[in-house]
Amino acid sequence: MSTQLTHPAVSCLEVSKSFADLEVLRAISLDVAQGEVVSILGPSGSGKSTLLRCMNRLEQPTRGLIRIHGDPMGYLEEAPGRFRELPERDVARQRRQIGMVFQRFNLFPHMSVLENIIEAPLRVLGSGKAEATEKALDLLARVGLSAKRDAYPEQLSGGQQQRVAIARALAMEPRVMLFDEPTSALDPELVGEVLDVISDVSRSGMTMVIVTHEISFARDVSDRVVFIDNGSIVEMGPPQQVIDHPQEERTRTFLSRVKQAELA
Amino acid sequence: MTMQSTATPVQLLPRRDYVTPVLWVVLFFMVLGVVINLFTNPRWRWDVVSQYIVSEQILAGLATTLWLTALSGIVGIAIGLVTAAMRLSKRAPLRMIASVYIALSRAIPALVLILFIYFFAALVPNIEIGLPFLPPLISVPTNSVITQFAAAVIGLTFILGAHLGEIFRGGVLSVDKGQQEAARALGMPPSTTQLRVILPQAIRVSTPAGANDLISLFKNTSLVSIIGYTELLTTVQSIYARTYETIPLLLVACIWYMALTLLAMGAQRLLERRMSRGFSR
Repeated sequence: MSTQLTHPAVSCLEVSKSFADLEVLRAISLDVAQGEVVSILGPSGSGKSTLLRCMNRLEQPTRGLIRIHGDPMGYLEEAPGRFRELPERDVARQRRQIGMVFQRFNLFPHMSVLENIIEAPLRVLGSGKAEATEKALDLLARVGLSAKRDAYPEQLSGGQQQRVAIARALAMEPRVMLFDEPTSALDPELVGEVLDVISDVSRSGMTMVIVTHEISFARDVSDRVVFIDNGSIVEMGPPQQVIDHPQEERTRTFLSRVKQAELA
Repeated sequence: MTMQSTATPVQLLPRRDYVTPVLWVVLFFMVLGVVINLFTNPRWRWDVVSQYIVSEQILAGLATTLWLTALSGIVGIAIGLVTAAMRLSKRAPLRMIASVYIALSRAIPALVLILFIYFFAALVPNIEIGLPFLPPLISVPTNSVITQFAAAVIGLTFILGAHLGEIFRGGVLSVDKGQQEAARALGMPPSTTQLRVILPQAIRVSTPAGANDLISLFKNTSLVSIIGYTELLTTVQSIYARTYETIPLLLVACIWYMALTLLAMGAQRLLERRMSRGFSR
């Protein structure tokens, strides 16, 4: 445990992923330091969401290993260098330290806002109901939705649903937060309120990996930007470098296309 | 704008419909015919119907029918859930067992199945439990296990379980994939994911078709009269075999089947309303 401080929060080592004949990720290696905010940019189909989903093992990499705070995701290190795949309930235990926010929110429609937030703390962490509720109400206040505690997801706008989804993920007190295109399914006028909440979370020192198409948001919130194309990392570095002065032709092409789309 | 508001006022008329009034007239005469027959045809024998409708013998038969429905329903739901889980399992042997079971229940007529189970002793005289190729640990005569009641419950449950299994499977498949991903991402183990997230939503979708199946079960209990188990229909049959008052006694059975089915439909609506929490559709 004492060695954990020396581990990166997220460490991907030569991660590859294929679906049938399609190679989506090609030997990607990427470390995210504790407290670091990393944005992943790239054209659709570049594999950026797949990489994120491999981090909490919603997808299983075909090759390579991902460690979260040194813990090999999906495996038990039986002996140095020998990894045995874990049963799903043990992987579930590993996932508790990783929060995830989805493009399509994925709130539980049969539960109220409050029930959505306290469900996992109650069932997974074994928290008491009073304690979980108190924490949930704090989180709801933080995302500005205290008044909606008893509403059902379908009664909320997309932006409100996504803020609840962020609160739900934070209720597990994760060490790492993953955001999978958190504003892509939102009407344009609702994007801002969700980005504000994500910025707020980043200021709390949370380790975050964000897959996004919001270039200016990525520039503002990230310590580091990774540009992925065709399953490989093309370029990475501080946002001022990758976004404002990209070195690679593919990065430049992508950024100019996104800027044109934003102006249109 | 000013141009339009000063123009001649428009008059909007509904579409011409000659068919609906004609249908109303036809319906009126159909209902009239039935009502007149009910009152004037002496062969309905309403006196006999009223004599038997709440008689002790009929109520006892009805109670048996209800008991058979309740027991088969509960066991059937349990088997349905297990069957759905097996068909959706990632383990091939479980999927195969469930598929064969469903295929059998589809292929064999309910009446034949109930007879087959009742006469099972002719095929397997003793039920033995133990390890393959070793002397059995437990051995009992089949006839002592498969009574009329047991054959009735097994037969009805066999059919209902397979049917509900497919309905529940459809319900599970209808739940958005993102739901399971969200639950897994929150660190929920598979059992919690299924019980707390997937199943409540799957049950909601399955309720209309499932309730329909349970109501059908109530009526299908009459099939077990074939093996002489004394439920409502068998009771009615035994009375008219004696008195030859066939129509009035079948009417007694029909009135009870209809009354309780209507009641069950009301319960189904209440259940569906309760389950629609968080869904406006």
